Amino acid sequence: MYLNTMLLLAAVLFCIGVYGVLARRNGVLVLMSIELILNAVNINLVAFGAFHATVVGQIFALFVITVAAAEVGIGLAIVLLLYRNRRSINLDQVDLMRG
Amino acid sequence: MFSFAPSLVGFVRPDIDWHAVAPELTLLGVGAVVTLLDIIFLERGRAYTSAMAGIGLLITLIPIVTLAAQGTTREMFGGAFVVDNFALVLKAMFIVVAYIVVLLSTNYIAEGDYWENEYYGLLLSAVLGMVLMASARDLITIFVALELLSIPAYLLAAWRKGDLKSNEAGLKYYLMGVFASAIMLYGMSLLFGLAGDTRLSEISVALSGGDAEPVAILGIIFVIVGFAFKVSGFPFHTWAPDTYEGAPTPVTAFLAVASKAAGFVALLQLVYAGFGSRDDVYEPLFWILAVGSMTAGNLMALRQKNIVRLMAYSGVSQAGFMLAPLAVIGAIGDEAVSAVVTYVLIYAAMNLGAFAVIITVARRTASGEISSYSGLFGYAPGLCVVMSLFMFSLAGIPPLGGWFAKFAVFRAVVEADTAWGYSLAAIAAVNSVIALFYYAKVARMMWFEAAPAQADMSALRIPPSLLAALGLTAAATLLFGIYPPAITHFTDGALIALSY
Repeated sequence: MYLNTMLLLAAVLFCIGVYGVLARRNGVLVLMSIELILNAVNINLVAFGAFHATVVGQIFALFVITVAAAEVGIGLAIVLLLYRNRRSINLDQVDLMRG
Repeated sequence: MFSFAPSLVGFVRPDIDWHAVAPELTLLGVGAVVTLLDIIFLERGRAYTSAMAGIGLLITLIPIVTLAAQGTTREMFGGAFVVDNFALVLKAMFIVVAYIVVLLSTNYIAEGDYWENEYYGLLLSAVLGMVLMASARDLITIFVALELLSIPAYLLAAWRKGDLKSNEAGLKYYLMGVFASAIMLYGMSLLFGLAGDTRLSEISVALSGGDAEPVAILGIIFVIVGFAFKVSGFPFHTWAPDTYEGAPTPVTAFLAVASKAAGFVALLQLVYAGFGSRDDVYEPLFWILAVGSMTAGNLMALRQKNIVRLMAYSGVSQAGFMLAPLAVIGAIGDEAVSAVVTYVLIYAAMNLGAFAVIITVARRTASGEISSYSGLFGYAPGLCVVMSLFMFSLAGIPPLGGWFAKFAVFRAVVEADTAWGYSLAAIAAVNSVIALFYYAKVARMMWFEAAPAQADMSALRIPPSLLAALGLTAAATLLFGIYPPAITHFTDGALIALSY
């Protein structure tokens, strides 16, 4: 069992995800980047679970997957709402309020 | 593939203490009834939804009171769900806050034609998440409770579907919230990897071992940063002003009080029951967060023209005060928990009161500008007195509640008797003085500035539900200041049980 390999993969995914959230300006791509971070978490949880020989990690990962599905559902609904009212999902244009 | 079969055969349902989960189950039942009412009676049910939600919340207080009367600490699922004094006090607070938010929403939502049933259904499920959070002593439970309270809140912030500002509020809140919870989850996965268990008690044991340094430190930092978003601490507060301004005002009141309190509840449990021995890691982090929030919140609040944005930045600054005792929790333990809980309870009363006034005044002026408060004394002198009460309480002037809240924090910070503690107290004192400027600005506008010439100066009629909300919050703000034992009776002593 190569725990380090898994953790490295998860860390790389996490970094790509964080970069995507901070650098991407398209609403849907930001949502996908957040999914990447959550998948990094899932890899971590399952790898650590196998390392400690416990099913708790897998159970936690199942909760994360389920909640992530609900979150993305809400997120797409909000992005869709934005598209209906503005005809654009560029996040930089969403700046009515400042200060 | 079949290797799990024996463990499945050996599965035994864990014992469920029905009395301990009664508040959550009652709240779930109320939410289901409110939703069913809409499905069965359609439009005819709408008029009764807010009353149903309010009564349901009050019924939920009954099991909390019976649990408090028994006074024993109850544990379930190997310590993942605990009902102790801490849980009971905060559950009661969440229910009462939600009741006042329902009072604030009744006219606003009914007159605005904003899908009433769904509104109250989502509000109740967010409250369910908060009530669950007060008992959660396990990473999975904390995560589920956090999402249960956040996801409905994203929808509520974007409630005015056709309004671009409300869309923007929802989007910003959603993106920041989800990003923060993803980072928090990454931290949780590292902590799980360290301990091999998700219960805070086991994590506490694994952390005190002192090995796997980078994993432990990264895990703690990520989790705290995740919750710093929730409590809108600097520099993770950027969503707060925009979301508060764009969201419907009763929802803003809910976010500013209940959602922030839920973040502090989670932080207290994690730090006190989970991270305990690693004060070398989290104390400097909390020190920076506390000082940054107080100072940045105050400086930004000074130049606000919109009352809701002013309240958002004032909330950032108040969050700094609430974070301060956490920066010395290693030295004083229990007392830091008591100080934070005291502050959260008093803050809930005075901040909800201020939002009640903002909602009431907006019924006349339809504006959020601070300048629209000019001449308020002319047409609503009572409201003017109550708003001054809340503003000066937020600033910490005796003998109002906010004074005692600040006193509790100062006492805790100084009692630690460390250089960190004293420097924090000094910075907090300077910030209390700065805060007075912007709170007094609102009061000056109400009392001394004349109303615009074309303004409607007939006496302002306040609907009964708003009047009730104003009365309850004003009474609580005064009572906590004049007679502090009314609150210390619930917050003093060992709140979080470490019985395992």
